[in-house]
This record gives sequence, structure tokens and C-alpha cells, in this order.
Amino acid sequence: MSAGQNGSDHGNHHNWLLRVRNLTKIYGEPGDRTLELTGPEWNSNICPETDSIVACAGVSFDLYPGEVLGIVGESGSGKSTVVKLLYFDMEKTAGSAWLRPYNDGRTNMLEASGQQKRYIRNHLMGTVYQNPRDGLNFSFSSGGNIAEKLIMAGSLHVGSIRERASFLLEKTEVPVRRMDDTPASFSGGMQQRVQIAKAIANNPPLLFLDEVTTGLDVSVQAKVLDLIRELQQELGIAMIVVSHDLSVIRMLTDRTLVMKHGRVVESGLTDQILQDPQHAYTQLLVSSLL
Amino acid sequence: MNIVEVNQLSKTFELHILHDKMINALHDIEFAIAEGEIIGLTGKSGSGKSSLMKCLYRTYLASGGEILYHSRGAAGGARNGGVVDLVKASDHEIIALRRSEIRYCSQFLSVIPRVSAIDVVAEPLTRTEKNRDLARTRAKDLLEALGLPTALWDAFPVTFSGGEQQRINVARAIIARPRLLLIDEPTASLDTRTKDVVIGLIRDLKQEGTSVLCISHDEYTLERLADRRLHLQSGRITHAITESI
Amino acid sequence: MIENKKYKNSYNFAFIDESTKKEVRRKLLKAVAIPGYQVPYSSPEMPISRGWGTGGLHVTLAIIGRKDVFKIIDQGSDASVNACNLREFVQAMTGCKTTYDTTEATLIQTRHRITEEELREDQIFVFQVPMPEPLRSVERYEYRTRQMHGEADYAKMWVSLYESFVRHGGIMSGADYPVKVNGRYIMAPSPIPRWDVPNLNQAKTLYLFGAGREKRLYAVPPYTTVEPLEFEDVRFAIEKFGDSVCYKTGYRRAFLDELYLDDGSRHYVINDSNFLDKIEQGSQITPFINPYLQQIEL
Repeated sequence: MSAGQNGSDHGNHHNWLLRVRNLTKIYGEPGDRTLELTGPEWNSNICPETDSIVACAGVSFDLYPGEVLGIVGESGSGKSTVVKLLYFDMEKTAGSAWLRPYNDGRTNMLEASGQQKRYIRNHLMGTVYQNPRDGLNFSFSSGGNIAEKLIMAGSLHVGSIRERASFLLEKTEVPVRRMDDTPASFSGGMQQRVQIAKAIANNPPLLFLDEVTTGLDVSVQAKVLDLIRELQQELGIAMIVVSHDLSVIRMLTDRTLVMKHGRVVESGLTDQILQDPQHAYTQLLVSSLL
Repeated sequence: MNIVEVNQLSKTFELHILHDKMINALHDIEFAIAEGEIIGLTGKSGSGKSSLMKCLYRTYLASGGEILYHSRGAAGGARNGGVVDLVKASDHEIIALRRSEIRYCSQFLSVIPRVSAIDVVAEPLTRTEKNRDLARTRAKDLLEALGLPTALWDAFPVTFSGGEQQRINVARAIIARPRLLLIDEPTASLDTRTKDVVIGLIRDLKQEGTSVLCISHDEYTLERLADRRLHLQSGRITHAITESI
Repeated sequence: MIENKKYKNSYNFAFIDESTKKEVRRKLLKAVAIPGYQVPYSSPEMPISRGWGTGGLHVTLAIIGRKDVFKIIDQGSDASVNACNLREFVQAMTGCKTTYDTTEATLIQTRHRITEEELREDQIFVFQVPMPEPLRSVERYEYRTRQMHGEADYAKMWVSLYESFVRHGGIMSGADYPVKVNGRYIMAPSPIPRWDVPNLNQAKTLYLFGAGREKRLYAVPPYTTVEPLEFEDVRFAIEKFGDSVCYKTGYRRAFLDELYLDDGSRHYVINDSNFLDKIEQGSQITPFINPYLQQIEL
């Protein structure tokens, strides 16, 4: 076996796909001591001096191509905030993020112009939301939703758009004959699968999955997770998976960040987090697994 | 040449939810594994054998000491082969090593639900070879050699017996020809015939230069596999025996 | 007694006060400078209800001069009630000469049609526009449509065309077909039939659009590229009349109206009334030429 055959250089720290440093989001007007007075030690996101809310602060990590990173935490942990900032659903308060395929990783994409952010979102990222209504347009057909992504990437040929849409729907196990039906008539699990098909339409190197199985029935959840696993193995997409459910994290991820009250309290290999948790909060979370 | 050098390794668990209770699992572990060497790790239950193995695989974070691994790839910053301290290595380096060079086979199959036996075994090879069909063919060969009934190949391992699961576990660990194999009780639930097959497969790997650290209670297996033995008692190495095969 | 003629006229020339005319002209200049971009304007109150052509009227009255020759048509006809109404108003407010003849006019106001005869560089063509926002059908919030225009984010528009094709087998039929102006903005050309849309492209005349109710002005300067939105494999097409011809003249290369006579018989007739008159009288005609029209035999 030759080195690098699996597509990543061991220990080559320079071919990261996504690099995030000091990602911070504060609602309201922070004071000088706001960051000091909030966090897991204080059990609170709210600054006692200014009443501003620290949704997340100081979040830093690297993501390498083909890796799956999990972010786990309970409500108020800031896990959803982190990904919302990264796919531009929200404006940051502070911090930087560099994406290798965007200007060779030299520009902080959080400070890019509206048009550049749209370019990154259309070509370099895919997002699957917890609520299909956030990721899909219910007045368009499921094929039309996928077409939107393809059109944004510059495809203006109906024949090839339909071909690619059918291909993606097949891959996500959505019956192709329902391609021209609107997602409103689909079950929750199938709506999620259409979202996944849309998210991978342009072969993005990075995929965000934000609580994608929360609220689904267990058997449906299982199917969606299996699909994600399979797609990840087949396409080698790097993923960031947000979940409050440790079993989802266990199934999908290589590494995990544990967040509490807006800060990262522990990060490490997923099996290490689950079998040898270091931080008190992580130990609590793991022992609470049903 | 040594592929792994363990120096002054220690592991202590700090259980915050049990009022910061400390559990000492390993003390002052020191040994090396040479290339193509098979070391048998013995000791009573609770002596720390699994903990040691998990520290090597980084499932456990060592509390002190170092584990120097001589990588074939570009780990440790060097171009072709370098030394990595597995204790301090970044998550990314460990993930890369786990995908290509180091494999861990635990005592019990950690079942990934709804994946067929064939695909469970083929997965490590699919990752490296990027060819699913090739991987599945090789997986079939292995399962056949291990005597797993053909009817079970497309079934989900969660319903299998201990022995059947064990065979899948072993097959998965060896299919991608790791450089360092960490294997926990490979022959525990197997009949003699299958034991011989497993022993044979591991010895084949040894011929190709794979180093193996093997936990076993089974004298039959240890006799045939181990070049050397390490005995653990209460988290310490008590004596090392060199076998003559 | 000596009559004081100067103060006899109690209206300002062209009805609108000079300051407002200045504002409208400023906005028109901006519209011409950014082809296809909708410029908000004051849209002052007129003695006509909203929805009856106030936008077109604003533009006409802001730019009309004493020497202008004014023509106004309503769905091709000079003689409809509303066309007559507006013509009389403009005539009373300006004293300008009015005409039915397309080639004689210098300033033409229209509702939902472009003339069959080609317009020249010395003419100005003013459209009355009901809904200036082409993206309204896919996005109901104004702040978002403005953002979409600003960032040239027109994917939703394209998807609605795709959906139309998928559901009906053809891209949106009918009027107000969305076009891309100067390679940048998507524009609503007002509810002109598809027949007229190719005549916007690289035209010699200045096209101005006024939407009074929505308070927007936009423009297509002369020799500007205007392309109907189409996919590579699903293309724009104008209306087809098959073998039908105008029953009065036998002419076929014009937009035809369907007509039922009192005896129950059905006929087609040229929609543009001045064009019809000219052909009937045998006068010289100078129709538009475009690749879509050229496919129809004369």
C-alpha cells in the first residue's frame, strides 16, 4: 500500500478543507467582561452585566477532506449557531473561516461580499436542515428544487437538468416518478431525502447536516442515516453533523466537538469521546445515553 | 526494526460524575513491537490488557508517556515514513493512520446496523481501494475461508451468533492488510478448525510484514501465534516471555 | 374688450408642474442609464384612476414638447374608449398635433402592444405597465426581489419557467414574457404578446416604461440587447396562427385578432388598426423584421 492512497496525507496539516478560528456570535451589546462571565463554568449564555447573549464563542477547528465532524450539545449549546454562521444564515460577531476551494483558502469567507457568499453556498457547500421547509421550496416540484441548485451553478439545459435530478433522486431512494410532484405531498423522511439530493446536486466538497433526523420516526431516521453514511463513503464528502443525539454522532462521525453554553468543552475522536470522555459534562452526556 | 515503541505509558480514569474518583488502569508500560512480530498480551480480566490496546488505538487518551509509531506514510511531517507519538498526535493524523495502517479488532463486533455482513467486511478495503466490487470479492473470499455460511453473507450481523460475529470482526480487521494489527481475543468463540484458519490468516499477515499485538486467554492460539508474550498484572507488565516457535 | 390670453389657460403645459416633470425626467435618465432596472418615482396624482394608464401618462407628459406629434394605442387600436380619452386629455393639455399614423408620430404611448410598423430613431415609445416586477410571481416580498435583482440571483425565475415546462409542456404562454436586458437585469416588458417581444431587441427607438400604480419607471435604450428567457433545449417561440390570414387584406405576417361576425362566422383580422388601414388603402408599410417573423411566409 502506498502512502497517500486514501487521499489524505497523514499529518500533512496544510491540506485542510475548512479552517475555523474563534467563531463568535453575541446577541445584544457585549461588554468587556461578557465573555469572561458566560460559559459552561457559569452555566449560562447570558452576560450578567449587559444582558447580551453569547450564542457561541471562541469556536475553532479544522476539517479535512472526507472527514465527518460531529457537533453535539444540548439546547443553548450553540451547536446550531456554529453551522448557521458557516453557511451564512447568520452574520458573525467575530471570527474567521477559510475554505480551501474558495480562493485557495486565503480569504475569510465570513467577510466575503453577498455575491461571493452566494457563490460559495451554491458551488462549495450543501445544507440539509432539520425542517424540510427551510431547505426546500414547497411551491416547486422535487425535481424543480434540485433544478434550482443546478441552475444556480449555471446549467440551462432542461434535458440534462432532468437527467441529473433523476439520478440524484434515485441515489437518495426517492421514486423518480414523483419527480414532478411537490414535496408537500411527501412523507417527512422522503422530504429529507429530497433535501439531501438537492444538497449534493453540485458535488460540493462540504455538507452541513443540521439535526436532520430529529423529529423523524425511528425507522425513518435509520433510513436517512444509512443513506448519509453510504453517500459519505461513496462520494467522500466532508461533513459537519450537528445533533443532540449521541447515537447519530456515533454512527456518522470520525471526530466530535462537545459544546456547552456556547463553548467547546471537549474535542476528539468520536470513539474516544464516547469511551473515554475527559470533561465532566461529556461524561454526563455519555452516561445519559439510553 | 521497531514499529512501535511504548515508553512509560500510564492511564488513569478520572470520573467526575462519581465525585472525581480516580481509577489507575496502567502504570509505567514499556515495550516495543518489531516489524513482523506477533506479541501475545496476557493477564487476568481487569489487568489492563484492553486498556493498553485502546491507548494504542487512541480510543483511550493516555495520561502519560509516549507511543512512538513508525509510519509508512507521511505521518510525523516527513515525506516517506516518520515517527508519530500516538499519544500527542492530532485527531486528523490518527484518523488517517486508522484508515491506512493501524487496525483494531475489539472483542465484540460493534454492530453497524442495517449493513450486510459482506459490506461490513468490505468497508475498510473500499475506502482504500476505492473499488467496491473488488473489495466485496475479497470479502467473500475471506468469509468463505472463515467458514461463514453463504446464506448469511447478505444478512445483518446484529442477528448472528457470537462465533459468526467474531469471524466478521476478524475478517474486517485483516482485509485491508494493516501494518499494525491490534486484536482482542480473535479466537475466543471459535471451533478448532476456524481457529486454525484465523491463526493462518494472521500468520500470513506476519509474513507480509504486519506487526500484531494480540490479547488472548487461549493457550492453543498463543502457542501458534506469539513470538513473544507480555503479561499484565494490575496495570503493570510483570514478565515478558519469548516463545520459540 | 382686449382678452388676456396668457392667463386664459388655467393648466400648466402638459398638466404636471415643472418641478415634478424635472423629477420624472431625472428618473427617466437614470432608467436609461441602467437598462431594465426599475427606478422608483413620485407617480403624482392624475385626474385618472390608478390602473388606467397613469404611468404611461406620467412619462408622456414629462417628455412631450410643443412640436411633438402624439399617437396613443390600446391593444393595437387607436379608437378604443381609453385611447380616445387619453388622447383628448393630452391634446387639451399640450395643444400638440395628434395622429393615428405610426410613421407620422414622434411620441407614441401604448397599452399592451408594440406597433407592427418599425419604429425609428427619432421616435419614443412609451409603455403602460401594470406589474413592473417580473419576479413577483416567485417572490412576494419587495425587499427580497430587490436583493435578487441587485445580486443577479434569478434562479427562482428560471425554476418557475422549468416548472411551467414540466407541467404544461411549454414555457409560459401568453403575455408579459420575462426578458433579460443588456445581459444584466430581468425585466417585465408589460403584457405585450410574445409576438412583440423580439422587436424589443436591438431596436432603433427608445422604449420607456411607466408603472403608475407601482411607482416604477424603467427603460430600454436604442440598440440594446433584449433576450427572452429560454433554456438551451426549450426555446422561446412567438404565437402561431397557422394558415389563418387577415380576412380583410389576406396579410399573414402580423398579430391577428379572432373575430366573430354577426352571422356567426369566425375570422381573423390584423390587430394593429393603423397597420390594417394602411394595407387596405395600399399605402407603403415599413414593418419590423426579426428572425421569428422571417419564418412566416408573406
